[in-house]
Amino acid sequence: MALLMTHLVSAQESTIQLKPGVGQEKITSYCSGCHSLDYIQMNSPFPNRKLWEAEVNKMINAFGAPIPKEDVATIVDYLTAEYGSP
Amino acid sequence: MGNARWKGVRLKDILARAEPQKNALELGMNGADRAAMENGPDYVKSIPMWKALDENTIVAYEMNGEPLPHWNGFPVRIVVPGWTATYWMKHVTALNISSKPVDGFWMKPGYRIPKGKFPLVDRFVSQDTDVNTPITEMVVNSLFTNLAGNVTFEVGTTSIARGVAWDGGYGIATVEVSIDNGQTWRRAELGADLGKYSWRQWNFRLQFDKPGKQIVMARATNRIGATQTFDLIANPAGYHHNVVQQVNIDVVS
Repeated sequence: MALLMTHLVSAQESTIQLKPGVGQEKITSYCSGCHSLDYIQMNSPFPNRKLWEAEVNKMINAFGAPIPKEDVATIVDYLTAEYGSP
Repeated sequence: MGNARWKGVRLKDILARAEPQKNALELGMNGADRAAMENGPDYVKSIPMWKALDENTIVAYEMNGEPLPHWNGFPVRIVVPGWTATYWMKHVTALNISSKPVDGFWMKPGYRIPKGKFPLVDRFVSQDTDVNTPITEMVVNSLFTNLAGNVTFEVGTTSIARGVAWDGGYGIATVEVSIDNGQTWRRAELGADLGKYSWRQWNFRLQFDKPGKQIVMARATNRIGATQTFDLIANPAGYHHNVVQQVNIDVVS
């Protein structure tokens, strides 16, 4: 199901490309299952690791995003490096 | 955001048939959509009963003279003029009159502003906590629609700045424009008044007498005297940003 949704969403959003980096594919697959990837690009550059981690955990705990625990660190690292502040 | 002409049935006329009791507090609203993920919260919202009974709150079936397009809530959606879009439930499937505050993720913690920080009239007190309250009406705001970022003009030439202004339904009284970094302000010309809930278009003739850098700004004021801010009112969700827009102008000879 997650794979199918990813395919559908990315077909609609072929113009939105996240910055290349370790974890980019995981972000594209997990995050775009529910929301547009421009939500990531639109953020201010200020969120630090702690804030990005809270955001990812909110997606899992409040919205039921099926992100395996072992992938959380990779995703948070990527978001902090490419769309945040250390 | 958008501005459209809506047609529908007064919500109060539908609710009258349900014969609400005196302790009716809120109207809960649900739509046909579901959360993207199985464990996610269903999008359920409520409005205070007094707002549900406002004659301007409607169950809309037409937008701009056509049946509602799917993405705008076909077959019917709630329209709460002046209030932020979170209450404009699409694809309505259920309305529930409740004597208790409606619970759920999208009411609390979702869509909340700190108490006492914004000059708002409409309040949703049955949902208040000690520290926050649901977002309600829109704050007064304006934008340039043909200027953004950094713009170059030649000394002496004339051009027209255009924009829109809107508020929570009191109506736009004035839009003032400054072309000298806020030192002096002059009134823009307002476009047609399409109703107190509609965007108000405006325009202003721009002309610069000497070369140099300037900042152009526009500021709207509504009919109850509320206006825009120059400093951001910080709040966790980032709502109600109505800081006066600034456009950098480079005047060249």
